[in-house]
Amino acid sequence: MRELLEGSLAVAEAVRLCKPGVISAYPITPQTHIVEELAAIIANGKLRAEFVNVESEHSAASVVLGASAAGTRSFTATSSQGLLLMAEVVFNIAGMRFPVVMTCANRAISAPLNIWNDHQDAITVRDSGWVQLHAENVQEAIDLHIQAYRIAEDPKIMLPVMVNMDGFILTHGLEVVELPEQDQVDKFLPAYKALYRLDVSNPLTFGPLVDPDYYLEARFAVHQTHKDVLKLIPVVKEEFQKIFGRPSGGLVEGYRLDDAEKVIVAMGSVCGTIKDVIDALREKGKKVGLLKIVTYRPLPIDEICQALKNVPRVAVLEKAVSLGSYSPLLSEIRAVFSGKKKSPVISGFVIGLGGRDITIDSIKEVYKRLSAKTISEEYIDLKAELLEESI
Amino acid sequence: MFGPLISKPSTSKANKTGSWRVEHKPKFLKKDCIACKMCVLICPEACITGEAKNTYDYDSNFCKGCGNCAAVCPKKDIVMVKED
Amino acid sequence: MKEIRIHARAGQGAITTASILGFAYFLEGKFPYAFPNFGAARMGAPMNAFVRVDDKPVRLRSQIYEPDYLLISDATLLRGFNCFKGFKDNGVAIINARHDFGIPEHKSGQKIYLVAANDIAMETIGRPLGNTALLGAYVAATDEIKLDSLIQAIKHRFSGKAVEQNISATQKGYEYIKQCRLSKQSEEKCLAR
Repeated sequence: MRELLEGSLAVAEAVRLCKPGVISAYPITPQTHIVEELAAIIANGKLRAEFVNVESEHSAASVVLGASAAGTRSFTATSSQGLLLMAEVVFNIAGMRFPVVMTCANRAISAPLNIWNDHQDAITVRDSGWVQLHAENVQEAIDLHIQAYRIAEDPKIMLPVMVNMDGFILTHGLEVVELPEQDQVDKFLPAYKALYRLDVSNPLTFGPLVDPDYYLEARFAVHQTHKDVLKLIPVVKEEFQKIFGRPSGGLVEGYRLDDAEKVIVAMGSVCGTIKDVIDALREKGKKVGLLKIVTYRPLPIDEICQALKNVPRVAVLEKAVSLGSYSPLLSEIRAVFSGKKKSPVISGFVIGLGGRDITIDSIKEVYKRLSAKTISEEYIDLKAELLEESI
Repeated sequence: MFGPLISKPSTSKANKTGSWRVEHKPKFLKKDCIACKMCVLICPEACITGEAKNTYDYDSNFCKGCGNCAAVCPKKDIVMVKED
Repeated sequence: MKEIRIHARAGQGAITTASILGFAYFLEGKFPYAFPNFGAARMGAPMNAFVRVDDKPVRLRSQIYEPDYLLISDATLLRGFNCFKGFKDNGVAIINARHDFGIPEHKSGQKIYLVAANDIAMETIGRPLGNTALLGAYVAATDEIKLDSLIQAIKHRFSGKAVEQNISATQKGYEYIKQCRLSKQSEEKCLAR
């Protein structure tokens, strides 16, 4: 059904359609509307689930870990500091192979305190073992949540999935969306049957102490499973399209890449703005394109290589930093081409941290700087005068 | 290089809370002031300054018009008046 | 593509205004993207909400810098702020104000309507929440959408007696500007100079 919905409410509806049995979360801007709506949905009897109120994000993550261990489909959502407080449990959920789905309403990290959007929160736990998907718009956020459970609960995978959607820009924006029907979702996503679960008549231990003889293999197994995720996601995407009638998700999405000489690599809602700029520049004969990363973990190395290998110049645009080094996605895209015979010249641009508005001009500036002879590693829209501030 | 990280009262360039005032602003009459500094302490924006009796005044860039200073003044030497 | 910027104070319902307006466009088959810009969002702090609307899904995610239309929910904002920044040369603004005070300099092609939306709201709703009256005025001033679409959007948003109250406010705001626009002479009276 076509509706005009706030991003958070749309995601809450998508989660409702997935019928989780346990939801636990702690409020944090800009995620709060999602679980507020889910709490209302449960209270109004539209979803038979347990909503567990907790005193912190650490507890919220622990509750969904426990619920998943007991064999229940579970859901949580958070942002920024909340995700950091969850961090140790986040690693545990992946290590214990629980198919939890979490929404991360992406927000900057303190200090200085900032409630607005960037990707630093998700990037900070990128090595936790979770599958990380990034939505460009509200429709994709809906679709990725439904796909997330399919990916997570696949018996070959059994890993948690984090669906990232840009805080405020998507969570608080109202957009026209196609809300899936319950029978479509039921057809796509069967009821969850846990491979292993906590059961008094059949005792099991999850996440036991393993000595140096075993730890390496447990970690390697997660790493290998991520390679299976790369194989599964295109299959899930195809099946999704068959049932819901629209393409959504996948590993990467190319936009006007044919004959492109300058390509931006980016994730999340900024891709929409970039597409508008590309259309405008293409009309002027400029050969520009976009490679949108939908699946950030596992990183679709082959698809990235295939899409960019014949492109002369690439700009990696990211809303996160690795202070003291190259920014995260830039390092990774460069690593993809390390040792390859054919490689683009890869520049990196940090943009939009802490909700700094990314305008059409900001994107044009990136394409412009990509014309320079040298490789750039720059911050876009940086106000030099503010750096001179003193106490 | 620290950049914009630490701020002192009444120095914020980005968040001029004076824009929050709607109808009223304080007026310091400067007649019966005893320099008790109650207004200085109660101001949520810390934007009232002065040295001695009858010298205290507020910074309109940051005053939100809450009226706490007028309410707390023991000599009723601060009143709230209509914005121009 | 049309871009609408709403200026208000936090707590005055700018996000509700944006979502009602977005919904009215949606009912006419358009693709709105309605979104807020939160600042230090405490009650009374100046804030913006935006509606960007097109015949196809909106992809552009930046704030609105060159609005076609302005809705100013609180005229006291005009004191400290340049609400007209980037305002299109042929733009239309609707300001919730009783009389022409402190309206900034504007270009000859721009039309700035004043409507006492809070007075209408006091009369119809009993509280000084002029948003729906302002939206009624917007419909009459811009001819962008049908009044009925707006009324349907209000029915969708509110419940109980607030529905009738807000519809009444909307109609009064609409009629006020409609009457103004009957002739050039009458229009002059509700336009800011």
